[in-house]
Amino acid sequence: MIQIQDLRKSFNGAEVLRGVDFEVHDSETVVIIGRSGGGKSVLLKHLCGLLQPDAGRVIVDGVDIEPLSERELTPIRKKFGVLFQGAALFDSMTVFDNVAFPLREERKFDEEEIGHAVEHALSIVDLLQAKDKKPAELSGGMRKRAGLARACVMQPKYVLYDEPTTGLDPVLADNINNLILRMRDHFHVTNIAVTHDMTSAYKIGDRIAMLHEGRIHAVGTPSEIQATTDPIVRQFITGTGTIQQEVQRGAETVH
Amino acid sequence: MEEVLLRFRGFVVGQLNQLGSMLLLFLDILKTIFSKRPRWQETILQTYKIGWQSQAVVVVTGAFTGMVFAVQTYLQFHKVKMDTAVGPVVSVAMTRELAPVLTALMVAGRVGAAIAAELGTMKVTEQLDALRSMGTAPVDYLAVPRFIALLFALPLLTAESMFFGIFSGYLVAVQMCGIDEAYYLNHMYQFTAAKDVVSGLIKAVFFAMFIAVISTYKGFNAGEGAEGVGRATTQAVVVSSLTVLIANFFITVIFSKIIPV
Repeated sequence: MIQIQDLRKSFNGAEVLRGVDFEVHDSETVVIIGRSGGGKSVLLKHLCGLLQPDAGRVIVDGVDIEPLSERELTPIRKKFGVLFQGAALFDSMTVFDNVAFPLREERKFDEEEIGHAVEHALSIVDLLQAKDKKPAELSGGMRKRAGLARACVMQPKYVLYDEPTTGLDPVLADNINNLILRMRDHFHVTNIAVTHDMTSAYKIGDRIAMLHEGRIHAVGTPSEIQATTDPIVRQFITGTGTIQQEVQRGAETVH
Repeated sequence: MEEVLLRFRGFVVGQLNQLGSMLLLFLDILKTIFSKRPRWQETILQTYKIGWQSQAVVVVTGAFTGMVFAVQTYLQFHKVKMDTAVGPVVSVAMTRELAPVLTALMVAGRVGAAIAAELGTMKVTEQLDALRSMGTAPVDYLAVPRFIALLFALPLLTAESMFFGIFSGYLVAVQMCGIDEAYYLNHMYQFTAAKDVVSGLIKAVFFAMFIAVISTYKGFNAGEGAEGVGRATTQAVVVSSLTVLIANFFITVIFSKIIPV
């Protein structure tokens, strides 16, 4: 279980997270929604210690990770697989070597075992035919799938997805959604995804949490979120906002 | 006036902060070298990129510096009929100062820029975060192999530069300027000692550490986007080069106390 308590983070004086309180239970898929630039990715990066909070705590399986040093975080981070927004594949390596990287770093497996594990992971994301290609030769969707294979090859307890479907066409996005569900069913992982793609959120989420103005504004199942009367959530999920509201938002930002 | 002072204070604090962070990075690299299993494959690859592929630029720099130095010193010494002094002057200057400094400057430009650009790009494309998320410290995987490779390659490149500088200076002095070969070589051997070569190579070791730590630090701390990577690359080259030039003076002064001429 991951517990987030009163998490606060600022960048250059701008407060991005203003006291986030939330819990992620084992084996569930939580989707965090919110406007672009609202701190969703920042929140995600705090969960595995990639960012240090200004205040508050992140507790992973009972361990408060805030006071841990970079090296002390290693065993915690090995519980996580992360699919980054741009997949963050290593440019200098082939798809195979990218997916094999965490296994090789573990220094426990021989090349034959690594080969089997990588091919299994690549077959799940349907990318076996591209295993010898470099990331630059892949399309956006293929890169995300390769990133997903790398995130899951160690069979982590938690998988974090940063905008898994952004920039993909609806068919590819649905493909990624199905893969996330397949990962959950195959490996019983706890998935935490941040997105502003509501189709994806409804499809993969057991619970949906909305991050608004640096705090968790609403939490519920997909059907509860769809049925909510909360104006802020409704505005976000239906994608409607008046021009006046946008102008007001812009003016507030300027001031 | 007060605003100027505040800005100056901010600048000084910022520079000291960077210096402290670089020192911490250096200590982290040393700690990793002595506490973790080396990554030989990555280190050999970096040694090839940093050392082997820098040879052309280093050889050309060393050779032409030796040649021009021979011509200039010949033109001056010839006036006082001390032509054969060209040999020792070229060899001592090459071994003690020119080869280590010029090689370090060329490597800072070529390799320092490459390290900062590569690591900076990895930072802005979240590849460093990806490494960390998999439990691999970027210092272990990226900084240490580059540090060891530079530590190994720069003294060898410096030795190569010394050789080509002295040899090309000899060719110019004997073949072009007509200095007697036997006297030239005799005087060169007489006034060039092993300590000259060793002091040059020790300087190269220090310069390698400066270039590696500064370039790695600048890459790891690159700002956002292409502009951030560009700025990190420029700063890596400028700061490394200036550090080499300034440190060279202090190392020379310290050596002059330890190893009398």
